[in-house]
Amino acid sequence: MKDVGAPALIGLRELTRKKRSRSQSQLFGPPLECTNRLKEIMTRHYYLARFATGAKPVAWVTSGAPVELLRSFGFYTIYPENHGALVGAKKQGAAMCSIAESAGYSPDLCSYARIDLAHTLSGKTPTGRLPKPDLLFASNNICQTITYWFKAISYHYNIPLILFDTPYNYTELAQTDINYMVEQLQQMIPILEQASERKFNNSKFAEIVGRARETSLTWGAILATMRNSPAPMTIFETFFHLAPIVSLRGLPVAHDYYQILLTELEERVRDGIGATSREVKRLMWDNIAIWYKVRDHSIQFAEQGMNFVTATYTNAWAETTQHLDINNPFESMAKTYSLVILNNNLDYRLKLMQRLIQEYQVDGLVIHSARSCKPYSVGQYDIKRKLYQELKIPAVIIDGDITDERAYSDEQTKTRLDAFFEILGN
Amino acid sequence: MAEKYYAGIDVGSHSTEAVIIDDNKQQLSFSIIDTGLDGNAAAENALNLALAKIGINRENLNGIVATGYGRANVTNAGKQVTEITCHATGAHHIFPQAGTVIDMGGQDSKVIHIDENGQLVDFVMNDKCAAGTGRFLEVMAKRLGSDLDQFGNLALLSEQAVPISNTCTVFAESEVVSLLAKNHPRDQIIRGLHQAIVDRIWAQSQTVGIHGAVIMTGGVALNQGVIQLLEDKLKCELLVPPQPQIVGALGAALIAHRNFR
Ligand SMILES: Nc1ncnc2c1ncn2[C@@H]1O[C@H](COP(=O)(O)OP(=O)(O)OP(=O)(O)O)[C@@H](O)[C@H]1O
Ligand code: SF4
Ligand SMILES: [Mg+2]
Repeated sequence: MKDVGAPALIGLRELTRKKRSRSQSQLFGPPLECTNRLKEIMTRHYYLARFATGAKPVAWVTSGAPVELLRSFGFYTIYPENHGALVGAKKQGAAMCSIAESAGYSPDLCSYARIDLAHTLSGKTPTGRLPKPDLLFASNNICQTITYWFKAISYHYNIPLILFDTPYNYTELAQTDINYMVEQLQQMIPILEQASERKFNNSKFAEIVGRARETSLTWGAILATMRNSPAPMTIFETFFHLAPIVSLRGLPVAHDYYQILLTELEERVRDGIGATSREVKRLMWDNIAIWYKVRDHSIQFAEQGMNFVTATYTNAWAETTQHLDINNPFESMAKTYSLVILNNNLDYRLKLMQRLIQEYQVDGLVIHSARSCKPYSVGQYDIKRKLYQELKIPAVIIDGDITDERAYSDEQTKTRLDAFFEILGN
Repeated sequence: MAEKYYAGIDVGSHSTEAVIIDDNKQQLSFSIIDTGLDGNAAAENALNLALAKIGINRENLNGIVATGYGRANVTNAGKQVTEITCHATGAHHIFPQAGTVIDMGGQDSKVIHIDENGQLVDFVMNDKCAAGTGRFLEVMAKRLGSDLDQFGNLALLSEQAVPISNTCTVFAESEVVSLLAKNHPRDQIIRGLHQAIVDRIWAQSQTVGIHGAVIMTGGVALNQGVIQLLEDKLKCELLVPPQPQIVGALGAALIAHRNFR
């Protein structure tokens, strides 16, 4: 099983001990013990995926899809976005993207989509092999790109695509919207029964919803340990520890893993062990990680005595899942999935960030303007200005991309970050 | 007691400047040279030039601060500071009422918001490409057969501008070629190019907001066309130091004074 799928964790491994020089490792506290377990879990997940074809119905799923319903039918799930992150962390993003570009896809298309299309067209993946999907399961609660990207995959494999359409939340979620979404979920059942050759089992479904809720609450508790100073973990680590809640949500393995991680973090808090040796300033990260730069950034900020203690991105899987309710699974799923940050208005986002800034005692904000992700990057200048006006929180915007390293310039970013350090140092 | 001196060196993508000040923060000397290919050599040369002008030896310098793109490679500097902070510091020194500093150099344009003490509050920079910066004007001046120092004045000859839709240097160049082919007057094209660059820096300035007196620094501040059109667009006066290109180096010298006294 050695190394299979491990690229997902290469960044993490590097982040902890192996390649750090002596002076660099002095910047950080002792590495988390859980990291090895996380690596095992994700390696196993991608390894078993190789044998899923034929043995289990396979679905490719988007990060914001109501996977609990799908799981009750026993699907083996693959998350192309997680796969994209893994490719990015392995610094293969640009190479994969150019495969999709040579097939005619625009370089302006989200790089997760380009990587997935490249894999579909060429079979290339650092995981060895991904199982061919029998079904696609997507929700447009994160972006519209998903719809067209998954349509292209559906066309390629000639397989059904189930799309969960979540009305954008401009002000408040209306009951008519909830009804519309519940109806869709119910309409999915016969299609999923057919695809999986299994009958819908309500109690199993409720059990999975309950477990997903518990797991998300635990994830929330994990993040909340970072309210302590020094924070027992950096956000760069949480970017990787996020993998189970995104792609294994609803399964016992994710739930159990987070219990153990939470215990370890609580012990660290009790013993006053910080993730970085010096935590002079506490920062917040906005948007998805710059996967190929996670290690560099973790060192660059630690050198300044700065630690990221919260991120809108990692918080997303702790924020709305609290609505999940086993007594009212359908309606609660409609709320959980339609109120996510990317499907919600800017005012909501602003308030959310204000709350995180206060709860986590944030001194500054780093905003990643991601070329790939338009829905996440729109409005960032307004948010930056508002947060400064209202909370006097300095912020810096860095241009980049989640996985396509061609859209990132080290030199330009360095000047912006250095100036930001100068602002915070004043 | 011997007189103390401080130096600031700004190694930019286009030019390198050195400024020498004394213990009373009086500017004694400066130099401006092309950066060329070797930033560290340019820093050495600029510093030597500025020192030679006033007959001071290197040993008399109490401290050197380097800024600009090449700051990390200036081996003899005691400290490196970003050009954002340096332009802010220099501009505040010349104009204590400064609230906003617009620095337009060869490959970067920055809008900087500073407080009443000259401290950096916020800033915005152009994104990765050099669209709408000094380099753009250089390329266009060459394409239109004008000297750089006359280019801005040509933009003011005509009241009318041919709209240019691209600030991407490559695209704008081909746009200009096709406009010339269609016999659009050269002055109007030049004005259009200046307008495009001004619209872009204006949009940038709106993201941090305009606060207090607005100072314009960097080499592009030598361009009268940009200054006048930007004043029109911002509906306010721009204060331009006599030597806008050396403001970053002056700021660096002031920071050397603060750190190495
Ligand atoms: N005499 C002049 N008249 C008009 N414009 C000029 C003149 N000299 C220089 N410029 C403009 O100034 C630009 C260079 O500005 P500056 O010297 O401030 O750049 P820099 O600091 O080297 O670059 P950066 O800050 O982007 O690294 C040139 O690209 C040109 O457009
Ligand atoms: S990164 Fe943004 S654009 Fe790409 S799939 Fe995710 S939400 Fe959509
Ligand atoms: Mg400059």
